[in-house]
Amino acid sequence: MLRVNVFKQLGEFSVEAAFTSEGRVTGLFGASGAGKTSLVGMIAGLLRPDRGHIAIDTETLDDTAAHIHVPAYRRRIGYVFQDARLFPHLDVRQNLDYGRRMNRLAEDPALHERVTDLLDIGRLLDRRPGQLSGGERQRVALGRALLSQPRLLLLDEPLGSLDEERKAEILPYLVRLRDEASVPMVYVSHDPGELRQLATQIVMLQRGRVTAFGGTEVLSAAAHSV
Amino acid sequence: MFDISPTEWTAIQLSLRVASIATLVATPIGIALAWLLARRDFWGKSVIDAVIHLPLVLPPVVTGYLLLLTFGKRGAVGAWLADHLGIVFAFRWTGAALACGVMSFPLLVRPIRLSIEAVDRRLEQAAGTLGAAPWRVFATVTLPLALPGVLAGMVLGFAKAIGEFGATITFVSNIPGETQTISSAIYSLIQTPDGDTAALRLVVVSIVIAMAALIASEWFARRATQRLHGN
Repeated sequence: MLRVNVFKQLGEFSVEAAFTSEGRVTGLFGASGAGKTSLVGMIAGLLRPDRGHIAIDTETLDDTAAHIHVPAYRRRIGYVFQDARLFPHLDVRQNLDYGRRMNRLAEDPALHERVTDLLDIGRLLDRRPGQLSGGERQRVALGRALLSQPRLLLLDEPLGSLDEERKAEILPYLVRLRDEASVPMVYVSHDPGELRQLATQIVMLQRGRVTAFGGTEVLSAAAHSV
Repeated sequence: MFDISPTEWTAIQLSLRVASIATLVATPIGIALAWLLARRDFWGKSVIDAVIHLPLVLPPVVTGYLLLLTFGKRGAVGAWLADHLGIVFAFRWTGAALACGVMSFPLLVRPIRLSIEAVDRRLEQAAGTLGAAPWRVFATVTLPLALPGVLAGMVLGFAKAIGEFGATITFVSNIPGETQTISSAIYSLIQTPDGDTAALRLVVVSIVIAMAALIASEWFARRATQRLHGN
């Protein structure tokens, strides 16, 4: 269970959001500039809220009143960025293995195989990120995050930099991920279509504020009001 | 013409040793400072930056004299090091290495700093979300991506150290076999009647070393670009 109640001033703009989610995939929906990435950055620990708290299950990650701020690298929260951010000096195999090494986890060939199969990246293992297509890069980024064995996976517009054809290529993998991997996810998107397919719960964000919360029907209501 | 005498060999070997030691000791310090300057904001940052670059703009004789005042036998730091750790710089080859290290430091730090600045911070963030503590982010992402710049800085620093003259001769004088590097040997030879041929030989040696260093530095810089583009 993810509980968020934060405030952050970012220049002229501010994000103030409170929600609790227990769904498998929480969709964070909003137009660009609504504060989605800032909110996800706070959950990941990359940004520090000015006020408020963030907790997963019973563990507090941020509590400004108690001066608690768990740094990103101790949160065990996976993050898939829109721009993949694969390490250019490592090949795909080393990119995938990075999180396991950094968290000092034992090698788990079965998990490795399950993830590479799920994402269909087994034949890319010896390539460098520079030799991958946009869609392949995003799949490797997903695998890399999963193999760090996070307790929550943040996906920030993972299809945002892909064209329609590539999106259609990746979406089924994400659906499989939702159904087969046991990691809860927060999925950020400005595309209601994507969220209808993936999300089990929607948090709608407008100009830094949560304006609606609920099932995917929130998306249709939003479409009418906009 | 190409019959290098034992004295000249000694000077060449000493130069190589002095420049290598200077570069090897200066590199970790240079990396740490380059990282601080590239990645951290703190009070007094511009002062540190200026101090690092000072040897580049001060007359070398001034730097040498300051080293003598500080690290000489009666200098505050020099006396302490000699009494407590038995390290003596004055009129020793170690002093030549110190002078060369200080003089070449700005040239060593600059490429390292630029290459660290060029490393995409978003990659460092990604490493953090994968569980890498800050020092491991540095060791596994920042440093490997900046490595060609580090090597370029080392090569440039080495080339500068090999050619250093003013600060070295001021600080540790010109003692054959102890502090007489290629530069000071050339200086002595051109003061001596009939020393021209020997001086020219050493001139050729310096040109060869400098050219090799510059070519190597260029090559590392090209590698850096390739690496950052992920090929």
